[in-house]
Amino acid sequence: MAVLLARLDRRVTPYLLVAPFFVLFGAFGLYPAARTAWMSLYDWDLLDGPVAFTGWANYAALFADPGFYRALANTASIFVAATVPQLLCALGVAALLDRPLRGSAVWRAVVLLPNVVPVVAVALVFAQLFGRDQGLVNWVLSGFGADPVDWRAHAWSAHLGVAVMVAWRWTGYNALLYLAAMRAVPRELHEAAELDGASRWRAFRSVTLPSIRPTLLFTAVVATIGGFQLFTEPTLFGGADGGADRQFQTLVMYLYEAGFERFDAGYAAAVSWVLFALCAVLALVNAALLRRAVRGG
Amino acid sequence: MTVRLRGGLATAVLLVVVLASLFPLYWSVVVASHDNADVAGRVPPLLPGGELPGHVREVFAAVDFLAALRNSAVVAVTVTAANVLLSTAAGFAFAHLRFRGRDALFAVVVASAAVPVQLGVVPLFVLVGELGWYGRLEAVVVPGLVSAFSVFWMRQACREAVPAALVDAARVDGCSLVRVYRHVVLPALRPHATVLAMLTFVASWNDFFWPLVVLDPNEAPTVQVALSRLAGGYYTDYPLVLTGAVLGTLPVVVLFAVVARGVVGGIMRGAVTG
Repeated sequence: MAVLLARLDRRVTPYLLVAPFFVLFGAFGLYPAARTAWMSLYDWDLLDGPVAFTGWANYAALFADPGFYRALANTASIFVAATVPQLLCALGVAALLDRPLRGSAVWRAVVLLPNVVPVVAVALVFAQLFGRDQGLVNWVLSGFGADPVDWRAHAWSAHLGVAVMVAWRWTGYNALLYLAAMRAVPRELHEAAELDGASRWRAFRSVTLPSIRPTLLFTAVVATIGGFQLFTEPTLFGGADGGADRQFQTLVMYLYEAGFERFDAGYAAAVSWVLFALCAVLALVNAALLRRAVRGG
Repeated sequence: MTVRLRGGLATAVLLVVVLASLFPLYWSVVVASHDNADVAGRVPPLLPGGELPGHVREVFAAVDFLAALRNSAVVAVTVTAANVLLSTAAGFAFAHLRFRGRDALFAVVVASAAVPVQLGVVPLFVLVGELGWYGRLEAVVVPGLVSAFSVFWMRQACREAVPAALVDAARVDGCSLVRVYRHVVLPALRPHATVLAMLTFVASWNDFFWPLVVLDPNEAPTVQVALSRLAGGYYTDYPLVLTGAVLGTLPVVVLFAVVARGVVGGIMRGAVTG
């Protein structure tokens, strides 16, 4: 009897241990994703349910809508403005943290702090900082004799404002990832560079950067996926519609508007799948780059 | 001499970075502790004032902030506890047990991490309605009980911190797998669980998109949704809004201060092994 129980335990318990994940993922991840595909082929009211089967009509409408391309361009623009300077700054911060430093644990913790602060709070503070009439940024600009900027009114300035928030949240986090990777670079490589008389900067470029290439790409992958799901920052920066001309409406804001403001669930489902396809393509491109980098590095 | 000078410059640059990291937090306290007239003045106040207690009372009067704090706490604590327990169980199985289909199932876990939340939001909203959960905390809690990230994290942790020999020895002694989980695996994983708990708690406390969609902002939302409502009028009362932001940030900052060392170490370790 005991032997039988022990065998049952060995056979069945592993499945019971992993079951909760699969049940929850199936019910709240996979099933909704599949149903999104189904819904996207219908004219579907969010509250009243299906109205009529329309086939590819939602996708056709989506690809014919200039608003979709505007949201796509906004998302890409904010992503580039946020990510490129952010990753460069993170590299610099990591290089500084990599030196012998008193109280290094405290420095690292403070650098990570912005990442744990609620995005909503971050967005609200930056919305105030970038205010037109009472914002601190305009006050500082006026100190240099510049005219105040109506940050929300123009595409470039709104994108910049949102990008600053995103960069503020993630620079320190990425710096810690880079720092970890730098610490893993074998000491001999640095010593060899030093023997060859390489300058600090030269050693950083020729030894450190190539060695941490996988991490560089990893952070780029994560930033890309995150960038394409941007919602909270721009929404709280200047309103859920993304400005009078939708000048800072991102793809997820576009999705939100279709699904939860116009209740056009079928259309929103089509947006979801296009968004997913975009993310998947970007992930594949990134993964290919990552694989090459690992092999090359 | 030059070396020391360069070291001084590096520290100075780091100091600027740290100040830039802290400044928005400091600024929210400054604005929160002044009244509107001060904030709107020609020269903005740069030091904290004395209005904070009054604004705190106003926030609690303007929206049911106490209920929002309670809701956020219920959601974050439940989601965190469930994630730690469930993902440790799954991580243990994937790391140390042999069973048919293990590798394929683990591949599903990894792949599922790539499915963005937004893919399913519209039908998920419908599903939540069918379950009768609209506007209720279940709608936020249940889908978050376990995540691919935490399972992946705990599998790594199990491989690092739980020796296979220890698991085998316990089983030879006749321990059931559940007992091994409780008495061998859970205690050994405590440091890793702390990091996961902090990351999960913060993510859950800070979540905005899904609670905004599925909770009724006028009924009993989470802190983040209540805050967005506080900021949502035609005219933004920044001292009031930022008082709310400070109140909503305080719990995570305090928690972070307590476990920062473990979290920083965990993120750095995860970067190398993951």
